Amino acid sequence: MGNKQTIFTDEQLDAYQDCTFFTRKEILRLHGRYHELAPHLVPMDYTNDPDVKVPLALIVNMPELKENPFRNRIVESFSEDGLGNLSFNDFVDMFSVLSEMAPRELKAIYAFKIYDFNVDNFICKEDLEKTLNKLTKEELTPEEVNLVCEKAIEESDLDGDNKLSFADFENMISRAPDFLSSLHLQHLSDTLIQNDLQSVVTGTVPPWSNSGLNVYLRDTMVVSRT
Amino acid sequence: MQEERTEPLMDQQWSTATLRVLSSMPSRTIGRSRGAIISNYYNRTMQLRRRRQSRPSIRDFAPSSRPSIRGYGGVETDAGVDDERKWRQLVINLQNLPVSDRVQMLRCMPLSVDEKREIRYITSPYLSPFCFFFFILPNGYGGMVDYWLSLLSFLQLWQIALKKVSGRFGTGVLSYFVFLKTLLLFNFFLSIVTGFFLVLPQAIYPALSYALKFQGLELLTGGGYFTSTVMYYGYYTNSTLKKDCIWQQAISQHSNQTACHSLYYNMPLAYFFTIGFAFFITGIILVYTMSKSFGQSFRIDKSQGVLAMKVFASWDFKVSKKSSIKMQCENISTQIKELLSELALQQNTMGLLQKFGKSCVHLLAWTMCVGSTLACVLAVFYFSDYIRARVNDTANPLVKEAGLLALPVVVSTINLLLPGFFNAVAWMEEYNSPSTSNYVSIFRNLMLKVSVLGVLCYHWLGRIAHDPTSLGLQCWESFVGQELYRFLLMDFIFTMLDTFFGEFLWRLFSQKALKRKRKPVFDIARHVLELIYGQTLAWLGVLFIPVLPIVQIIKLLCMFYMKKASLMMNCQAPRKPWRACQMTTIFITLLCFPSFLGASVFVTYTMWTIKPSESCGPFRGLNSMFQSGKRWVEELEKGNPNLGWLVWAHTYLVENPFFLFVGAVIYFHTQVLDGQRKIISLLQEQIKNEGEDKKFLITKLQFIHEQKRPLSSHRIRGASEVKPEDSGTASLLLKKMTSSLPSLIFTPWTSWH
Repeated sequence: MGNKQTIFTDEQLDAYQDCTFFTRKEILRLHGRYHELAPHLVPMDYTNDPDVKVPLALIVNMPELKENPFRNRIVESFSEDGLGNLSFNDFVDMFSVLSEMAPRELKAIYAFKIYDFNVDNFICKEDLEKTLNKLTKEELTPEEVNLVCEKAIEESDLDGDNKLSFADFENMISRAPDFLSSLHLQHLSDTLIQNDLQSVVTGTVPPWSNSGLNVYLRDTMVVSRT
Repeated sequence: MQEERTEPLMDQQWSTATLRVLSSMPSRTIGRSRGAIISNYYNRTMQLRRRRQSRPSIRDFAPSSRPSIRGYGGVETDAGVDDERKWRQLVINLQNLPVSDRVQMLRCMPLSVDEKREIRYITSPYLSPFCFFFFILPNGYGGMVDYWLSLLSFLQLWQIALKKVSGRFGTGVLSYFVFLKTLLLFNFFLSIVTGFFLVLPQAIYPALSYALKFQGLELLTGGGYFTSTVMYYGYYTNSTLKKDCIWQQAISQHSNQTACHSLYYNMPLAYFFTIGFAFFITGIILVYTMSKSFGQSFRIDKSQGVLAMKVFASWDFKVSKKSSIKMQCENISTQIKELLSELALQQNTMGLLQKFGKSCVHLLAWTMCVGSTLACVLAVFYFSDYIRARVNDTANPLVKEAGLLALPVVVSTINLLLPGFFNAVAWMEEYNSPSTSNYVSIFRNLMLKVSVLGVLCYHWLGRIAHDPTSLGLQCWESFVGQELYRFLLMDFIFTMLDTFFGEFLWRLFSQKALKRKRKPVFDIARHVLELIYGQTLAWLGVLFIPVLPIVQIIKLLCMFYMKKASLMMNCQAPRKPWRACQMTTIFITLLCFPSFLGASVFVTYTMWTIKPSESCGPFRGLNSMFQSGKRWVEELEKGNPNLGWLVWAHTYLVENPFFLFVGAVIYFHTQVLDGQRKIISLLQEQIKNEGEDKKFLITKLQFIHEQKRPLSSHRIRGASEVKPEDSGTASLLLKKMTSSLPSLIFTPWTSWH
């Protein structure tokens, strides 16, 4: 068939499609973005699932995250080691959970992780203070910050331990209908969409280079040769 | 009341054992530890499996209304063993689910993608390439199908543009453009239906009519040359279109065939049923969209937790531009400061004099708004009459045509200037919350537009249709159609002028002359109401101009690009908080209720009661447009008496359009109930979690008490750190939980199913 490179096997693409809210095309596109972040580190060929992690500093430079005040926490919540180094699986997970197709419960769980700065599975007053300072870029006076934190905890703490557990957080979030649409990270840059469209239309990159048809033919040709 | 009980608990210093107890309660471990997630999803898959079976087993129903301790295991002994067992059981459950459910479960699990892939690998192994021979849809074709589907998604209109807009201005402004796209889809559907069933047949078999010369002014006035085209109602024939048989007879000269196989197309019937069908389907789609949106934005208890919601749920992650993020931060801090000052104010009670002063100001503002609306409505009423008389008198056809433009210009000017006046009046008023001021301004704007449209409808149906000869008209329907076309066009021209002057020039002026850094604000509510107004005009006019949806499509396309360009160049995001979800629901409701309902009442009234013109249109010679449908049904019955039920259905359902509206209301309510059911299930789950916590604490208490017994045989290994205050705190917690649980927990579980 003369395909240029195979990034994922067909089985891998199916697995990604079943485990995330993305289609094959979007997964390939995300791989392209991932590769762009660290071209020397990330191999193009992912067929044998290489163990590669892109460090936090490179990921938070993505245009979608660069200016977001919560960028560090977002990336850290999706990393295995908690330090923000994302493998490709974690990268896809991040965009999948923060996409428009993810359900409310899933987004609530990760939102809780994002706002939990000291990772103790509770949103305590210090976490709230840090959240507030990031939200308002420290425009509020310390007394106002203190008052807001106290009031917020008072409003949503149901079991009286002066901090928010996940149940309290979810209960409070369920009253905000805009939460679902506001916790949405758009993952495709315009230039990339345009490049993709161009290449598909002019035929420079065969769009089904990673489909199972090629893999199957390659495999059967190998089998028939032996 | 809750505060009295929580204070003594909050005063205590928690011991480490208590903290351990608290942190291991089931409701707190959700979403936290892997083991808890797995056991949670094990329960869910179990429930799903049971639901998929035809009859649930009897032991699944709790015998009593309270959550029972029965069947609940002992205290957590070895977490590792439990985890592994639950994991294996989860895998088994997943394997037994149908594929779509399995995939949905897998996607929604809050585990890492690594783990999900592992679970997926075990539950659904990959088919070997050799299986391709035996399966019709091998995975290879999946790639091609995916490619075509993704190409379709590229064709999705304006995806890139909308992403740019939301990246810079946030979800609020995005909702305007999404609303525009929705309207475009409605018009697209309408234009396909009318185009295919009305315009195309009539265009293929052109009716005989006198042809006028095309002058430039027609594009503005819609008259002249256009009156003798498919554009207007008057052009359509009232006969049955048939293919010419002469040519066929010539061919079949040699044969004895005299029968003519030709296509019959009954134009009046087609016209009546197409318009009715288009409105019916549009109504269904609208009610469905509205009720779905209503269900999604339905939330209980909105007054509490405002500050916490502001902290956690107000940040819009879509915004990515630096200046917009800075603006968002400023907005949020302003809103928080306002909320804090409101809270402080609530604590000081307002004096009676202050309250009285406030209500006086409100009364004054309302009087001014209602008064100005009334004045404008009367102005339109008398002006329309005056114009009608004047136009009749002039002899010059060009002046006549141009004079007809006067009424649309006046109405568009009113629609442009008066909302600005309302905004100015609203400045002097003080509202409790920014959303109240939003609702009030929307209501005033809506009141104005509805009354103006009401007067215009009276003018068209009550005056012109009633007495067409006063204007020297032979075809009043075409005239009304032209009027609507002119109104639509003027609306568009004025929007263009408003964008140019209101946004572009104002920005230049305020930046260069007044040296202000702030750009004009994009007023979402006003723009959406303008869209709704335009769409109402389109719906009013479909009966008289079948191609009006196409004109509306062109108008909406132009408006999108114009508004987007102006937005990017001149505007800034609104400073006040904008609840996108709620507002979208309100706008769709407004589109359905005053707008679509009004248009369908107008069309129904026209079809059922008003006598069509004698000399033009597909209904000439009948007493009402509806009569064509009635006649056809009667003829059917004469031909085939078995179809009597159809006549009966026609008489009761179609002749009484009231039933259709009742049906729509019922449908709407079922959809809203659907949304409410989702909220109820969420609450149910929260109550269930509380119940689990209670079970856990009771078991723990039991365990501790058993530990205290002198018999050594009851000693369980690993229970060394039992402090006396543990049991005290646990029982305190239990007491507190019992008192704070909502009374819902005591209703029977079966009533929820």
